Amino acid sequence: MNKKKIYTLWFLIPSTIIFSIFFLIPLVSSLFYSLTVWDFKSFTFVGLDNFKMFFSERSLSTSVIHTLIYAFLTCALKVILAFFIAIFLTSKIKTKNFLRSVVFFPNLVSTIAVGITFAALMHPTKGLFNLVLSTLGAGRIDFLGNTSLALFSVIFTDVWKGVGVATVIYVSGIQSIDKTYYEAASIDGANGWERLKNITIPLVRPAMNSVIILSLIGGLRSFDLIWAMTGGGPGFATDVVSSVVYKQYAAGFYGLSTAGNVIMFVLIAVIAYPLQRFLLKREES
Amino acid sequence: MKKQKRRSLIGDILGLIFAFLIFIIPFLFMLTNSLKDRRGANQMSLSLPDVFHWENYTEVLTFNHGIVLTAFKNSLIITAGAVILLIVTCAMSGYVLQRRRGKVMSVFNAVVMAGLMVPPAILPTISLMQGLHVYKTLFGMIMIEVALQTPFTIMLYRGFMSTIPIELEEAGYIDGCNRGEMFTKVVFPLLKPVTATVIILNAVNIFNDFTNPLYFLPGASNSTVQLTLYNFMGQFSSSYNLLFADVIVITIPMLILFIIFNKKIVEGMVAGAVKG
Repeated sequence: MNKKKIYTLWFLIPSTIIFSIFFLIPLVSSLFYSLTVWDFKSFTFVGLDNFKMFFSERSLSTSVIHTLIYAFLTCALKVILAFFIAIFLTSKIKTKNFLRSVVFFPNLVSTIAVGITFAALMHPTKGLFNLVLSTLGAGRIDFLGNTSLALFSVIFTDVWKGVGVATVIYVSGIQSIDKTYYEAASIDGANGWERLKNITIPLVRPAMNSVIILSLIGGLRSFDLIWAMTGGGPGFATDVVSSVVYKQYAAGFYGLSTAGNVIMFVLIAVIAYPLQRFLLKREES
Repeated sequence: MKKQKRRSLIGDILGLIFAFLIFIIPFLFMLTNSLKDRRGANQMSLSLPDVFHWENYTEVLTFNHGIVLTAFKNSLIITAGAVILLIVTCAMSGYVLQRRRGKVMSVFNAVVMAGLMVPPAILPTISLMQGLHVYKTLFGMIMIEVALQTPFTIMLYRGFMSTIPIELEEAGYIDGCNRGEMFTKVVFPLLKPVTATVIILNAVNIFNDFTNPLYFLPGASNSTVQLTLYNFMGQFSSSYNLLFADVIVITIPMLILFIIFNKKIVEGMVAGAVKG
């Protein structure tokens, strides 16, 4: 059989055409347009001015910091919380299938719907969260109106919505661990913590790597939840790079907006890509 | 033995309590407030409605000449169109990418990997779509969704292809199949399980997509479900009963889908994540 003849490149043509026109070509041309001032019809080349502007204007440059905080914190919380939820949901409890579904379902709900609901739950005077706090005797908290708190309130909601996917990835990783390891460990007299430390954690590492990469990239790109809950506010307190891209586009600064887009590519390229390489290498060794 | 049983029972009870407090209450909150009158809902409490105002739902569905129903129609067209195109194009690509080796293939594979991570370059895409006269059209939106989901879908198909023995194809050639028949009559039917995963995951992703329609499909006549919900946030800021009625209307299709395809959805998400 002549493999080259059978597995013809013609089969790749439809995907390649659509992917090139609607993804690759814009991606490449964004590198150029980020160096211009343009309005879709004409452009003037301005060199690195857009990037200089981005990093000298505090309202814009903080968005990079917020993006990093958002991505790393949502990622860390999901990696840790989901691990313990998954340990619990693979133990010998009867309701585990039901509980897995309950934890997972928020992932399928529209992000805007989740944002609206949690914005209401976090309402400064009437929200349910504050009702609970005041019955516990604590003061009211303005979860989304306080500039130093708003970002963390959105992060909390993101983790609520996304922890389920991380959990089911861990669950499948834990279930694929050979039961005989645990049996051997029990015979050797290992207690629960030792089994967790010496068997579960090392062997669940591939699943953990998937969770890390998936949630980190998701965090770096996130836009819709922030947009629905705070719109980047109060002030610029929850602006991330992707919301700056939208705001500058809406304001008509297309070159600046495209520069923001390019900064997002760079962030992902210098953080997510080397991290994935590193994690895969560690997994192999 | 008895001790273990009691411990697992305590686990069950604690698990149910936590799940109820953390994950179920927000949904009850949506539901109960969607059935209150305007004043009741604006208090944002978890209490049951005094009277069940089912008419909130008819009001939402008929609001602004039935914009929600139009949005559902648009979202369904985009989702169905994109999913069908994705199945056809990505099954073909995944098949060849898994079977063939060589330099060209490594380039394709690297592009697919990068495509899983990199977000779209939005403004150049809009500009290019304007040039092609597909900006603000359902067709253009379908193409965008196909392009953005292509790396993930190819990866699923490519991964599944590796489980299909090549001997089946060899038998096909001996029976005189040509390349096209080989794919349509032998390979594609064998891909059925992963095609089911592809349909469900992409349908959920595309139906729930807010960001891309926000950029590529603005304007009232082409509104999608997520865009109408977002716009209602402004319009109904003082009538939470209607806002939450719309939230429920959007959430229920997903709940039904999840109840029917629970296992398939969860397995698909895990497979997609682990292979990516």
